[in-house]
Amino acid sequence: MLQYLVKRLLLLIPLLLGITLISFVVIHLAPGEPTDMQTQMNPQAGTELQDRLRVQYGLDKPLYVQYGKWLSRLLQLDFGESFASDRRPVFDKVVERLPVTILLNTLSILLILAVSIPLGIISAVRRNSAFDRAATVLVFAGFAMPSFWLALLMMDWFGVRLGILPVSGLKSIGYEYLSWGGQLLDRFKHLLLPVFVAAIGGLAGFSRYMRSNMLDVVRQDYILTARAKGLSERTVIYKHALRNALLPVITVLGLSVPGLIGGSVIFETIFAIPGMGKLFYDGVMMRDYPLIMGILVMGAILTLLGNLLADVSYALADPRIRHNQQGEG
Amino acid sequence: MRSLLLGCLLLLSMVACDNAEQAGMPGVEEVLIPEYGDTFIEASIGDASTLLPVLASDSSSSDINSLIYNGLVRYNKNLIIEGELAESWDISADNLTITFHLRHDVKWQDGAPFTSADVKFNYELYIDPKTPTAYAEAFKQVTRVETPDPYTFVVHYAEPYAPALISWATPVHPRHLLEGRDITKSPLARKPVGTGPYKLVEWQSGEKIVLESNPDYFAGQPYIKRVVYRIIPDISTQFLELQTGSLDFMGLSPLQFDRQTDTFAFRRLYNKFSYLNFGYTYLGYNLRKPMFQDRRVRQALSYAINKQEIIDGVLLGYGVAATGPYKPDSWVYNRQVPRYDYNPEKARALLAEAGWTDSDGDGVLDKDGRDFSFVIVTNQGNDLRAKTGEIIQRRFQEVGVKVKLRVIEWATFLKEFINPGNFDATILGWSGGPEPDQYNIWHSSKTGPRQLNFIGFKNAEVDQLLEKGRRVFDQQQRKVYYDRFQQILAEEQPYTFLYVPEALPAVSKRFRRVEPAPAGIKYNFTQWFVPRAEQKYSR
Repeated sequence: MLQYLVKRLLLLIPLLLGITLISFVVIHLAPGEPTDMQTQMNPQAGTELQDRLRVQYGLDKPLYVQYGKWLSRLLQLDFGESFASDRRPVFDKVVERLPVTILLNTLSILLILAVSIPLGIISAVRRNSAFDRAATVLVFAGFAMPSFWLALLMMDWFGVRLGILPVSGLKSIGYEYLSWGGQLLDRFKHLLLPVFVAAIGGLAGFSRYMRSNMLDVVRQDYILTARAKGLSERTVIYKHALRNALLPVITVLGLSVPGLIGGSVIFETIFAIPGMGKLFYDGVMMRDYPLIMGILVMGAILTLLGNLLADVSYALADPRIRHNQQGEG
Repeated sequence: MRSLLLGCLLLLSMVACDNAEQAGMPGVEEVLIPEYGDTFIEASIGDASTLLPVLASDSSSSDINSLIYNGLVRYNKNLIIEGELAESWDISADNLTITFHLRHDVKWQDGAPFTSADVKFNYELYIDPKTPTAYAEAFKQVTRVETPDPYTFVVHYAEPYAPALISWATPVHPRHLLEGRDITKSPLARKPVGTGPYKLVEWQSGEKIVLESNPDYFAGQPYIKRVVYRIIPDISTQFLELQTGSLDFMGLSPLQFDRQTDTFAFRRLYNKFSYLNFGYTYLGYNLRKPMFQDRRVRQALSYAINKQEIIDGVLLGYGVAATGPYKPDSWVYNRQVPRYDYNPEKARALLAEAGWTDSDGDGVLDKDGRDFSFVIVTNQGNDLRAKTGEIIQRRFQEVGVKVKLRVIEWATFLKEFINPGNFDATILGWSGGPEPDQYNIWHSSKTGPRQLNFIGFKNAEVDQLLEKGRRVFDQQQRKVYYDRFQQILAEEQPYTFLYVPEALPAVSKRFRRVEPAPAGIKYNFTQWFVPRAEQKYSR
C-alpha cells in the first residue's frame, strides 16, 4: 500500500509540470495583455506607461524565460505578485477568499448528500411509484433551472417582499456589534439562500446516481440471500444494500475536493460573495497571469490529490478492491 | 436642443418640488441645522484596487480616494476651479508660472503637518519613470518646481499650458510615509493616509470598505459619520438591496429609473435625480479605410442614423443627442454647428454623389463592383452599445448599406481590432470632464499604435486649434478655438456623435442638501447630513 502511494505521488510531479506548462501557454495565447487593460482608452495615460509596465511585469522577455522564472518561484512555494494595480501576493489574494468558498461549498455538498441519499434510496426502493416520478421531475427541474434566475427570484421573494432574509452579502452592517448568538444567526440567515441555490442544481445528479446504485445492488445475489434468510425488508435495504450502494459515493466525494475551492462566478456575483470564482473570473478578464496560474496550480494539485484520496479510501472501504490490489502486487 | 435642455431642467425642478412635498417639509423654508451622525451605504460593482491614487485607474478606487485625499485645487459645484489644499494661487503675466499659497491648518491623518515639501514630492513621484502611473502626462509639461517656504509652492512651465491649474487637483500623497520607498510595494495601498474628510477604518476584500469621518478635517468634520462601500457586482442584486432600503445610493439604469421605481414604497424611501453626464457615445469610422475617406460618405451615414430613436429606444429618453465632444450644458459647447437630423433621402443623395449607387439592384449600394458593406465592432459588457449598434444596423440597411455587428470581449477588442487598426467602424464612448483639451484624442500626432486617435483623424487646422487651445488661459479666447474645432468636427464627421446619457441616481430621503449641479451630485458630500430623528445607524 505504502509503495503504491509513493508511486502515485511521484507520478503526480510530471503530471503537474505538464499542467502548468500547458496552462501557461494557453493563457498567453489569449489575445490582450494585462498592460492593455490598465492603460488603454485612458486619455491621461501615455503609451510609455504601457512599456514601463511591460518591463516591470517582465512581459518584454520571451515566453520560456517568463515560464522559467515563474516555475523557479513556484518551486520555492512563491506564487508571485498579482498584475493588478495593487500588486499583492497571489497567495494572500487566494487565501483571503478561501474560507468563505470552502464554507459555502462544504455546506452545499452536505445539503446535497443529506437530501439526495434518502431521496435516491426511496426512489429505488419504490421504483416507478408516484413518489419516484415526482422526485425525478423535481430534481430535474432544479437541475435545469438557471441558478441566477432562481437566486434572483428567491432574493426578491424572501428579501424584498417578505423581508425575512437578507438579499446578499455575508454579514449585516453592524455585525460587529451583535452578540455571539446574534452573529451566528446573522451568518446563518445570510448563508441560507446561497447554500440552498447552490445545492438545488446538484440534487439531480447525486440522487439519480444513488438511485441507480441502489437498484444495481438490490438485484445482487447477496440481497436475495439476505431476503431468503428471512431478514426484515428494513434490514435488507438499510444494512446490506445501502452499505454497498454507498461505495461509489466515495469516488464522487473525492472528485468534489477541488470543487471545494472552486467557485461559481454567476452565483458569487449575484449573492455578492467574495469567493474564488469571482476572483478567478476577474483575473482572466484582466489577464492577471500570476493570479490565474496560481489558482490553476492550486486547483490542479487538489484535483490530483482528490483523485488519489478517492482511490485510497475506496481501497480501504471495499475489501474486494483491496484484495485485488494485493493479488496483483 | 434648447427645448430639450429646458425640458430637463423643468423636469429636475419638478422632481425637486415633488420631493420637498413628500418629505413633509414646509416648502423650501425647512430650517437646515445640520447634525452629525448616521452611515451612508453605497454599492460598487467592483472592489477598489489600491488606495494610492497615483497607481489607481479604476473608478471604485477613485471614488474612495476622493474622500480620503485632497488636491491643491478642485472644481466647485459650477465647475469653476477653487482652492482645496491651496488657499489661493497667482498665475504670472506670461502664464508660465503658478504660485500656490497652501493652507496652514492641514494635517495628515496620522497627525503630521502638510507642507509644500509634500507637494514637491508628489510632483517627483508622478514623473518618476519607476512609478507606473496613468497621470504623468500633465506633469511632464512642468520644467521646474520650487518650495521657497513650507506654505508656498511654485511651478514653472516652458510654454503656457491651460490644463496646468486643474492638473494640480491630482490627489496629494504623504511624503513622510512614501519618500525613498518603492511605491508599488507601499503598505499605504491598503492603509491610506490622506488629508481628506474621511479615513479608512476597514477593508474586507471583495466585501466592503468602511470609512469614518475625520474629526480634524481642515474644512470641518463632515456630518455623515460613516461611509460604507459594499461590493455588489451584480446590478440586479444592487437594485434588490436598494428596494429593501439597505442601500442609500445607487445609479439607476434608464429602465429601473423609468419603469421599476415608480412605486409608492420606493418613493417613500428615495429621491430620484437626473442630470447630464460627462461623456458621450459615438460611432467612429476608421479613416484609413478607403470607403470612409470621402467626407460625403460619413455625412451620409450620420444623416441615416436617427439619434432620437436611439435615445428613446436605448436610454428610454434619458439622454440628449450629441453634436460634438462636449456636453450641451458646458461653456465650451458650440450650438451653431451643423446638425445631422435623421434624413434618409439626403443620405442616399450624398452617397450617390460619392459614387455609391445600387447598380445591380440587389438592395445594397455598390461602387466599382464592390458592395458598400462593413462591420461595426463594439466591446462586450456594455449592453447600451450593442443595442445602439442594432438600431444603426437597421437604419443603414434602409439606405442600402450592409452592416454586420460584432461584440467582442474587451482585451481581444483592443488587441485584435483597435490597436492594429483592424476595424471598419466602432461604437465606443469617451468620458470627459470639464477641461475641454482634446489633444490626445484628435491631434494627428496621436494616431500611432495604442494611441487614442485610433480612427486616424488628421486635420492640419484641428491640430493648430488644439495646440492653441491648450496654450491660452482666457476662457473667451479658448472658446473661439474650440468653437472652430467643433465646427470642423461637425463638418468632417469622423465620428457620428450619438448621445450624451443622463446620470440617474436614487438617494435615500434621509440625506439633506442633496442638490445636483453641473459638477454632479456628490460634489458637496461632506455637507450632506441626516436630521437626528431620521438617523438610521447609531454607530
